[in-house]
Amino acid sequence: MTTQDIVILDYGSGNLRSAQRALEKVGATVQVTADFDEALNADALVVPGVGAFAACMRGILEVRGDVIIDRRLTAGRPVLGICVGMQVLFAHGVEHGTTVDGLGQWPGVVERLGAPILPHMGWDTVRAPADSTIFAEVAGERFYFVHSYGVTTCDLTPHHLNRRSPVITWGTHGTDFVAAIENGPLVATQFHPEKSGAAGLELLNSWLQSL
Amino acid sequence: MSMAIRVIPCLDVDAGRVVKGVNFTGLRDAGDPVELASRYDAGGADEIVFLDITASSGDRQTLLDVVQRTADCVFIPLTVGGGVRSPDDFDLLLRAGADKVSLNTAAIADPTLLSQAAERFGSQCVVLSIDARRCPPGVSTVSGFEVTTHGGRRSTGMDVITWAMEGTKRGAGEILLNSMDADGTKAGFDLELIKNIRGVVQVPLIASGGAGSLTDFALAVDAGADAVLAASVFHFGQFTVAQVKQALAESGLLVR
Repeated sequence: MTTQDIVILDYGSGNLRSAQRALEKVGATVQVTADFDEALNADALVVPGVGAFAACMRGILEVRGDVIIDRRLTAGRPVLGICVGMQVLFAHGVEHGTTVDGLGQWPGVVERLGAPILPHMGWDTVRAPADSTIFAEVAGERFYFVHSYGVTTCDLTPHHLNRRSPVITWGTHGTDFVAAIENGPLVATQFHPEKSGAAGLELLNSWLQSL
Repeated sequence: MSMAIRVIPCLDVDAGRVVKGVNFTGLRDAGDPVELASRYDAGGADEIVFLDITASSGDRQTLLDVVQRTADCVFIPLTVGGGVRSPDDFDLLLRAGADKVSLNTAAIADPTLLSQAAERFGSQCVVLSIDARRCPPGVSTVSGFEVTTHGGRRSTGMDVITWAMEGTKRGAGEILLNSMDADGTKAGFDLELIKNIRGVVQVPLIASGGAGSLTDFALAVDAGADAVLAASVFHFGQFTVAQVKQALAESGLLVR
């Protein structure tokens, strides 16, 4: 198998080093950049994200990440969103009563989870459907989550945007929320695979192998 | 609730080296934080905490190197604290590869540091570390516990409950609660302290100080801790992370 060239979109959000090293560990060549053409043409693009939805959206728009992601997906080219990098793929985010537009690749709203203790911080299980590709080798493992917001209702049509039928993996913290989605070239996780030890590396490896 | 109780080894780092004695067999270099972090990771640690106790601020670059090298090979969450005084300090540590940064004395001197950091980087990476103790003679608080600074040597007279509430209101996403009375005694965690704080905060709570036997950890969780932290019992090989997890599991608690 040839090495995959991956770009991690650097729009000023959080710890990108771990994502880079984790992907390198499973055999990818990784570049951390905001360069438009590099991000557009890489074999796969990783959209990271921590902190506030609105701040991440601002950062992504500043580097024209919306255009990059949209063009890639239109051409069927892989994109992986992680944590807030997953949340911004939905239509809207609601924080402190204010609604912010997301990238709208999926319908749905990101809102504060109803749970007695937030953030949802730590190692938790997920419920992956049998036809999941990325969880194939790690069903039953725990992954590292750190988030206070999530998507609690997710009703994707079978052939949303002409992509392969969505495979939705759920988690629960106070309420059910979307833990991961695999939808053709667009894959996203609410947890941090790059911080989820051996299970996270295995998941990233499965994603790489599927590209 | 399906979350696993986190078991977290804490390493004191001085000028880029682990101090306070670490006694592992088969280690090439017992003082290298990166090697120790990898060792704990392989042993099932759910998270690693580095506490920088370097006296001179000139050695910050050394700490950043350590954080960078750790993030290069350890794929579990890394919290770094000690000597963090500004949002820019936060930024440097996060860029080096820390996932969370803990504030202690600097937040007492300037509580807006918590809100500044939370606004800029998100609450999820802001940890408020509180060194608490039972009020000594001459100090009185409503809860009977006060906040200290300088490793428990200086009294602030501030009620630990008030401070925990203010800290989370200002944006701390997690509390690392150290009992200065229990620290080093191996007589068990201060359960009353943990209960007091659990009752007033809605963020994850890490209990620290006093672990001395395997049964201590589940008691801390029963008192309200979401995670348990220890240093010397791990470093000196008194027990392993795996043994702590097994003891937690035997008490009916979920572990990874």
